[in-house]
Amino acid sequence: MLTSRKYLIRSTRFAAIVAIAVASTFGVAAQATDITGAGSSFVYPVVSKWSAAYAEKTGNHVNYQSIGSGGGIAQIKAGTVDFGASDMPLDEATLSKFGLGQFPDVIGGIVPAFNVEGIAPGKMVLDGTTLADIYLGKVTKWNDPAIAKLNPSLTLPAATITVVHRSDGSGTTFNFSDYLAKVSPEWKTKVGEGTAVQWPVGVGGKGNEGVSAYVKQIKNSIGYVEYAFALQNHIGYALMKNAAGNVVEPTIANFQAAADTADWKNSKNFNLVMTNAPGAKAWPITATSWVIMYKQPKNLTNAKVTFDFFKWAYEHGQDQARSLDYVPLPPSLVEQIENYWKTEYKL
Amino acid sequence: MQVTSAVPLARDIDRRARADARHDRIFHRVLKFCALLVLATLLGAALSTLWGGREVLFGHGLHFLTSDSWNPVEDDYGALAPIFGTLVTSLIALVIAVPISFGVAIFLTEIAPTWMRGPVSAAIELLAGIPSIIYGMWGLFVFVPFMANIEPALSDTLGNLPLIGKLFQGPPLGLGLLTAGIVLAVMILPFISSVMREVFQTVPTRLKESSYALGSTTWEVLWDIVLPYTRSAVIGGIFLGLGRALGETMAVTFVLGNSYNITASLLMPGTSISSSIANEFNEAVGVHRSALIALGFLLFVVTFVVLLIARLMLHQLAKREGK
Repeated sequence: MLTSRKYLIRSTRFAAIVAIAVASTFGVAAQATDITGAGSSFVYPVVSKWSAAYAEKTGNHVNYQSIGSGGGIAQIKAGTVDFGASDMPLDEATLSKFGLGQFPDVIGGIVPAFNVEGIAPGKMVLDGTTLADIYLGKVTKWNDPAIAKLNPSLTLPAATITVVHRSDGSGTTFNFSDYLAKVSPEWKTKVGEGTAVQWPVGVGGKGNEGVSAYVKQIKNSIGYVEYAFALQNHIGYALMKNAAGNVVEPTIANFQAAADTADWKNSKNFNLVMTNAPGAKAWPITATSWVIMYKQPKNLTNAKVTFDFFKWAYEHGQDQARSLDYVPLPPSLVEQIENYWKTEYKL
Repeated sequence: MQVTSAVPLARDIDRRARADARHDRIFHRVLKFCALLVLATLLGAALSTLWGGREVLFGHGLHFLTSDSWNPVEDDYGALAPIFGTLVTSLIALVIAVPISFGVAIFLTEIAPTWMRGPVSAAIELLAGIPSIIYGMWGLFVFVPFMANIEPALSDTLGNLPLIGKLFQGPPLGLGLLTAGIVLAVMILPFISSVMREVFQTVPTRLKESSYALGSTTWEVLWDIVLPYTRSAVIGGIFLGLGRALGETMAVTFVLGNSYNITASLLMPGTSISSSIANEFNEAVGVHRSALIALGFLLFVVTFVVLLIARLMLHQLAKREGK
């Protein structure tokens, strides 16, 4: 009896101490909020890096699940997450039907990657129509006049081109096919644009890693991968002739030039795919990803933290983004997004 | 307790018997529940894929089964190319794996010295334990480049033969139906060969010895005594392997080339039902998702039909044995 009573007193005391300790911890981080997001796998590496740094600074955690853009859109529509992320913008009708708003978060580049013996990375030049014709199966040899005209100094082999594309649905494919549809009417009518399309020719690799593995292994092949993948895997990438008629390299500056010159001002809700941007130095296949949120969120506290997170990311997350070969948004675009928040979200 | 009295003893026995009967009933029910649980799971999976794919299966009807176009932009889906790829790769796998498994099993049960049997069968069973993603990566990084090197030679030799020539003409990509079939063959080999080995061991030594005594060669003993004795189990083992090949996903996705093609050439890339689902499900919404779930239902149907054929074959064989 006595011992159990002693134990009781002791344990009560212990509980009190624990309670005080817990209360004081919470006292320090009284505002700690966990927000959740889901969607695009393209932004997953940078969002998780940002969220670690952001948690260190503010104590707020951002849990991001990389379940794919389609999943992200479904989750935000269902209201199970605080924000969704998609590589494909939602159209006006969907946005207004569900009361959603969207804004870009980070930029990435997509590069044509090739494997042709004797031609070094960055030495081959392609333009949009030629790229479309290769993917349509109309240009089938590397020494085709269309390619030769763009590369007068190269000795191109008479080898058959093997086209490599993504086999899984992806934002990379969406931006790539969108670019081809913009520059080639035939592509637009025959194939169109989407996260997955009916490819006229070629083999499909799963993910950026699948495509880069195929391009590396299959001689005389061409594919398209995210810039970071081409860089990290040392695959030969091609230069592109852009909408202004200049030959440009895939560099962070040129990706930003595309984001800078894309016509954001006249696009409501940032509903614009910025491929084939008009800038003199703009890389033609530049892509972004959109954050999607309810304009009248159910959980106001979480929504405020979400905005704070992205504001912090635009201002302080640039180095993290660059270290992962993403491109931070140019200041002009960040300004427009912050205005958009003020006018559309009214928080 | 009055142990000496006869009446309570009888009552005890009676009670004991009733308790036994009750236990047996409970045991039966538990067993029945286990069996029904499997049936319910299967039925539930089949019905939910049917329901998930209803938009395409009932909305587009026969078009889904007869069209070879797969166009997510226009939302126009046909399952012919994935079905074709699934059947062709599985068939290639069987053509390669069955004779090899047969040889392995015979070697291990009849010919190999005793000290060799343990290690070799352990090695084969280890093959079955390798996860399919490892086969996929091995296939992609080691086997595909190897195939790319030997495919030109294949096209030059086999490609010129009259009837089967068309099967071996094509660009030397390394990827494709043939590569996927060979990787699948390696994957199903351990299943088929261990079943064969097990059943070959059940053949009574007396039968084999008698046959040898009558002057049979080893081959004659195998073909005329061992194989007929174990026929139904051997066919069962083959279909176990086939079932595995039909549903295999990751390894195939890596080496098949993932292209919606129906071609005569085995060197060309193709797609299979399970790899299409694995590739596209993540980003699919609306009709696209429905089409992929419908593909899942078709895989059920294809597997069911194949197993049905196996049963019918066994039935026919059993009938003939009676005569």
